Amino acid sequence: MLSFSVPLGKLVRTLSRLRGGGSAFPGLVVEKIDPGFMQRTLASLPLGVAVVSGTNGKTTTTKMVVELLESQGLKVFTNRSGSNFTRGVAASLLGDVDWRGRLDADIAILELDEAHAVHFVNKVEPRFSLLLNVLRDQLDRFGEIDKTARLLEHIASKTTDTVVLNREDPRVARIAAALNTLDAVHHPEIRYFGLDESLRSTFPNDDEMRTTGIGPSPSGTSVAAETGDDVDLPAADVVLRRVGAQDADFEFDDETVTTSMKLRGVYNIFNAAAALSLARAILGTGPVDTPKLVKALGEVAPAFGRGESLTVDGQPLELVLVKNPSGFRLGLKSFPAGGYATMIAINDNYADGRDMSWLWDVEFDSLREDGVEVLTGVRAYDMALRLQYDDVPFGVVEPDITAALRTFIDGSRGKPKRIFCTYTSMLAIRRELAKITIVEVVS
Amino acid sequence: MTSETQPHPEAQSHPEAQPSKGTLRVLQLYPREMNIYGDWGNALVLKQRIKWHGYTPELLEYNVGDEFPDDVDIIVGGGGQDSGQLVIQDDLQARAAQLKQLADEGAPMLVICGLYQLFGKFFKTSTGPIIPGIGILDVETHGTDERLIGNVTMKSAEFGDILGYENHSGQTTLGPGVEPLGTVTKGAGNNSKDGHEGARYNNVVASYLHGSLLPKNPAIADFLIRTAAERKFGTFVPGTPDDGYARLAREHAARRPR
Ligand SMILES: [Zn+2]
Repeated sequence: MLSFSVPLGKLVRTLSRLRGGGSAFPGLVVEKIDPGFMQRTLASLPLGVAVVSGTNGKTTTTKMVVELLESQGLKVFTNRSGSNFTRGVAASLLGDVDWRGRLDADIAILELDEAHAVHFVNKVEPRFSLLLNVLRDQLDRFGEIDKTARLLEHIASKTTDTVVLNREDPRVARIAAALNTLDAVHHPEIRYFGLDESLRSTFPNDDEMRTTGIGPSPSGTSVAAETGDDVDLPAADVVLRRVGAQDADFEFDDETVTTSMKLRGVYNIFNAAAALSLARAILGTGPVDTPKLVKALGEVAPAFGRGESLTVDGQPLELVLVKNPSGFRLGLKSFPAGGYATMIAINDNYADGRDMSWLWDVEFDSLREDGVEVLTGVRAYDMALRLQYDDVPFGVVEPDITAALRTFIDGSRGKPKRIFCTYTSMLAIRRELAKITIVEVVS
Repeated sequence: MTSETQPHPEAQSHPEAQPSKGTLRVLQLYPREMNIYGDWGNALVLKQRIKWHGYTPELLEYNVGDEFPDDVDIIVGGGGQDSGQLVIQDDLQARAAQLKQLADEGAPMLVICGLYQLFGKFFKTSTGPIIPGIGILDVETHGTDERLIGNVTMKSAEFGDILGYENHSGQTTLGPGVEPLGTVTKGAGNNSKDGHEGARYNNVVASYLHGSLLPKNPAIADFLIRTAAERKFGTFVPGTPDDGYARLAREHAARRPR
């Protein structure tokens, strides 16, 4: 069937690009005139669709899966623009199909926001899904984390081939039980990615945020930590065994492989185990070039703004995106304060979440010794109050990000710098950095 | 923003050198299940301010199945997931008489969100089942499909302006046995109709506000501490906590959209 919708949609896309318009508008047009476009195009892919969802780390993990599959020679379609909506996917597809509507790819790897994933999987059943975690994030939008877990469960129940689950996150691991109640025909295969026991204490979950009197606790948190050992845990397809300064050990197929890692932060590297497990599921029984796969894993760089390192005045400047208590605590743990000048930028715009309660679920003790140079963002004073109660010393409090950034850079010349920032403050900081200095992205 | 005077962080008084004016024991109710949206902040603020007032804080926890400590001076409890409320329900009923007696005798307590609801008479969920409360507060709560979310400011004769953040779908109505904590000037509060927020009975303060509540509302924290000290020692001799950042955080929070 020759359809006019694709040429028309591509034309709209080109025109709206020329006008500098939004990326989703052409998607809207094609959706209106050809509602079956997205399903039809995705259904034509030989390996189908894989979705990546969860609260934290979707963007970097999606990028990793794409790069792992490309290392094996697959052609991959992905929603690179960061659009999480059905319409955004349709718009990205328009960019990649030829004028006849054919997509030259083997598989689509799609990053899906929990809120929109259900709508999407009801339209397009994924062949594979990877469910990363359920953490407290922007609860003012989703209401409750149990509800988020139910959204992920719905994605899993619509998956036709393999569901990859985080063994260490109780709310994600529990999805397996729900899948087992499905009839045999609709029961997807379940795989897990997991952590070595020695690393579990670095992965808090929100139910056990704290223990006696000492504030938010970083320990004793996963399913495994409750049971104390591996015995009660399902076997994992990929296990992250060790994280070093520049490398990591992954165990799969009964062997432990050491690889250098460009990614920083133990939570990013745990997501590398997740990506590896999904890639293995997709590659299935076909030929796998394991050395190439491991090499690709080591070379994955973080996605935009998530633990990336820039160079400012010849010194590294790290931007660490923090958007929920678990992410902030993992960020503090993964990037130790010693030797760094530190700034914290907290905004409360819609994309950051308006509720500031989450700052009180993070323990800032690790910053006590070195202190924090500058606090900024709309809620800089909330952050100051938070640090005051944790006895962490700080210098300048300046809500205006432009002024604060200048003060920070001027005041810490010759020193490596680190900025913990919420989403919209990160965008503002990048904009300002581009004005102040030549920003060179080094990883 | 530069005209605002900023207190120096080092200005905080550290009274460790002086002898303690006495120990105040703060009990957290069910911190394992009921700790959502920064409830730890309230316990931390009590702990630090007790210290800044020159007393010695002792932080205790009570979780399901624990032995209930018999000499506590302040009780604080938070909110939780629906699943968390189910877990603590039976245990809370078993402690109802003790908690009620403490409240009747004037023990200072702060209950937020989920435990505010369970300190009332009942919670009727939107799907039908009724979760019984422990009836310390003359309030009842009805689950709805409407979630009340956003920044809240309110006026209270007792505490001045109170600021926080609400996130609840249960709507609470007050009976004659309690007073509202304040009159809402931004946000919803107890329910979408009555224009008031929280409840007061004896020295029990109940509220839907997270934020956390106590850091930006030190007047409420100090009320709890003063009441506890007076009950225990006959008098309260306050220290001089530095509330400069609390004041600035309040000013900025008050200007934020709903
Ligand atoms: Zn609440």
